[in-house]
Amino acid sequence: MSQANSGAVLAAEAENREFLVFSLGDEEYAIDILKVQEIRGYENVTRIANAPDFIKGVTNLRGVIVPIVDLRIKFHFDKVEYGGQTVVIVVNVADRVVGIVVDGVSDVMTLTPDQIKPAPEFGVTLSSDFLSGLGSLDDRMLVLVDIDKLLTSDEMALVESTSNH
Amino acid sequence: MDIADFFDTFFEEAEELLSDMEQHLLELDVDDPDSEQLNAIFRAAHSIKGGAGTFGFTVLQKTTHILENLLDYARKGELTLRADLVDTFLEAKDIMHEQLDAYRSEEEPNQEAFERICQTLQQIALDEIGEKLDGPAIPAAEPKASPGQSENGTEAKSSEEQTVNGQLLVALLNVEDKDRILLVEELEQLGEVQSQSGDAKRYEVILKSSDSADDIEAVMCFIIEPDQIEITAVEGVAVEPATPETEAPPPAAPAPQAAAENTASKVSPAKAAAKEKPKKAAAESSSIRVSVDKVDQIINLVGELIITQSMLDQTVSDLEDQSVGNSSLQNGMSLLQRNARDLQEAVMSIRMIPMEFVFSRFPRVVRDTAGKLGKEIELITEGKSTELDKSLVERITDPLTHLVRNSLDHGVEMPDVREAIGKPRTGKLTLSARHQGGNILIEVRDDGAGMDRDRLLAKARENGLNVSDTMSDEEVFQLIFAPGFSTANEVTDVSGRGVGMDVVKRNIQSMGGRVEIQSKLGEGTNTRIVLPLTLAILDGMSIKVGGETFILPLSTVLESLQPSKDDMYAMAGDDVVIKVRDEYLPVIAIHEVLNVENAITDPTKSIAVIVQGEGRRYAMLVDELIGQQQVVVKNLEDNYRKVPGISAATILGDGSVALILDITGLHRLSRYKKEAGKKVVNNQNLSIFKEAEPS
Repeated sequence: MSQANSGAVLAAEAENREFLVFSLGDEEYAIDILKVQEIRGYENVTRIANAPDFIKGVTNLRGVIVPIVDLRIKFHFDKVEYGGQTVVIVVNVADRVVGIVVDGVSDVMTLTPDQIKPAPEFGVTLSSDFLSGLGSLDDRMLVLVDIDKLLTSDEMALVESTSNH
Repeated sequence: MDIADFFDTFFEEAEELLSDMEQHLLELDVDDPDSEQLNAIFRAAHSIKGGAGTFGFTVLQKTTHILENLLDYARKGELTLRADLVDTFLEAKDIMHEQLDAYRSEEEPNQEAFERICQTLQQIALDEIGEKLDGPAIPAAEPKASPGQSENGTEAKSSEEQTVNGQLLVALLNVEDKDRILLVEELEQLGEVQSQSGDAKRYEVILKSSDSADDIEAVMCFIIEPDQIEITAVEGVAVEPATPETEAPPPAAPAPQAAAENTASKVSPAKAAAKEKPKKAAAESSSIRVSVDKVDQIINLVGELIITQSMLDQTVSDLEDQSVGNSSLQNGMSLLQRNARDLQEAVMSIRMIPMEFVFSRFPRVVRDTAGKLGKEIELITEGKSTELDKSLVERITDPLTHLVRNSLDHGVEMPDVREAIGKPRTGKLTLSARHQGGNILIEVRDDGAGMDRDRLLAKARENGLNVSDTMSDEEVFQLIFAPGFSTANEVTDVSGRGVGMDVVKRNIQSMGGRVEIQSKLGEGTNTRIVLPLTLAILDGMSIKVGGETFILPLSTVLESLQPSKDDMYAMAGDDVVIKVRDEYLPVIAIHEVLNVENAITDPTKSIAVIVQGEGRRYAMLVDELIGQQQVVVKNLEDNYRKVPGISAATILGDGSVALILDITGLHRLSRYKKEAGKKVVNNQNLSIFKEAEPS
């Protein structure tokens, strides 16, 4: 392999991105692995009164109070159950720590730039603003969620919007 | 590390130095000035000048320089101090502070103010000493300042000699490479670097500079410790600038052992130059500067420890119940509990600052304000050593300043008026702080005119506020906190614009405190601020509603009782009031406001907790009282947002989160919900009506 070639490979590798793949119902979603702080079980969540239904409440993460959002409710999934498999992905966005409830975490995938297709403009529940694209991997399709944008958006009501006050 | 980090250090230090300077100036007795104080003021100015010069803040440097020269004369007794001179010095200090702020926000300082103060100071020098100070040209003026650095004549001489010689050997001991490069750059700013050589252990620079060793050291000390520097005059060596390499190596080149000897032999002259430092160091070593983040982290961890400890405690007492307990385990647990509590108290005390930090600025505020208003005021401060959480101390200063100004402007009468009504000419303003239960009570008392109830009521009506003559005095006085409310007949420079008092109240409420006013017409006003000791720990009462646990701040709880059917009255449909000892209180059911499921809905089976917040009292219906406990307050807004009716969260012994109720917020939320409920009904009517219309 020539010097120039290996340089190109390195550059391509640098552009490859790693994603944490999780499932909501039968669908597969993925978020940037660098945003993920940890994965834990769903337990001991204290309800917050008068909050939107997809905000399950807050929990104690080693002394830090962390809000828990159920993406299944947010995305209007019919079946929302809490069991042993229910997992909370703790993510770091915009200097905040937020837990998101998903049906399960499957694996970590590396996607090359050409495996990431732009997201078509559609979607009422999940606006394409909150997607960074669609990942195609053999016969699987991963919905790549821009977790930063999603969680800081007004409709998530997680962050105090400045316009409101 | 880049230069910006040093900037921050300098800003912080200069800020401290300036406030020291102000304090000393205010304490100064002009008739019999204390030489130690004059020295302290001078030293502060000198240090600021040195730093300002290093970082190229020329305007600040020049201002400080002129002030320093004047202070030097004062220190030597050549300039006789007078009150108006002290005023000018204070003004100069203010301008320096402005300049510092400008530099901090990366702006150019106000040139006009700079020129004005320089001129004023120069004029003083001219008038008082009959000597024109050298203008703001720095290097030439520097030697003049240098004798001041050291405290007795002989040392002053030695540093002068060094200066005269012009060649200095600056040795840097155990300085890291990156710092060394920076230091050498600094030295290049101060003079001509003739040669440099050495290793990390000892690096020597021959500098040709008109600055004194003290000045150079002062500059370097912003970057490294004083004991890392040795500055000695290169005596009798006429180093030719053209051939520095040949001359310089001898002191620099020797092998490490030789260098060590060298160090030893040179310590004494260096010490002489650094004579002033050990004193300073001794004062500094009694305290350290730590970032608040670090302290908060420790507090957090200790909070966690307490939670873990109470969890263990629970387990151990469960074991005890099953009679599998072990006495040494028991003893260990109680020891752990005691130690954990002590640790928590000790850690919390780190955040505590004496009120003196707040009060110390008021002599100046009062002096300035009284001067502006032409009033004579005596300021008395009580309870300076009362300690308060740092975050509260920072936030109390502005509201307190406002209250003090207000008191001076509207409270205390003009001297002539006071005399006419038989009061002493000098008004008395008392600032006091003390502990009262779990709170801190801060009072601003004046012996002025007091508040006129009738005038307040009239003014309130004028402003369209809903008032009645039957309101209690306390309620009437609270009117001054309404937005835009001002009874001052004319707007003065000091106050009377009607903005502010509402801000004061809001600020204090946001700190979890409240303001009360006591006033007697003709006798004075007492404004009382009641603040919690700390925001980080709260004495709470845990309650249960449905399956959920909430915490009530204990300070808001007045009593609790089992309501009987006879005491409950329905009002206007869905409102309920309860009669408690001849008083009717609105009833708020927590399960309704916070939508708690499976809660007791029959009021007679639940417990009514009478709570008070912001002067408003109501009965809160809960299922069960669990008990009192201290809880560590955790902010909800860090990762989430403000929740109506909830002030914060905490972590219970079992590791779960419990929400802390906001008494005032709950009342508001309850009303809002009821109104919203009505609106929904109205809207439904409206929509039916609209649908009907087209047909």
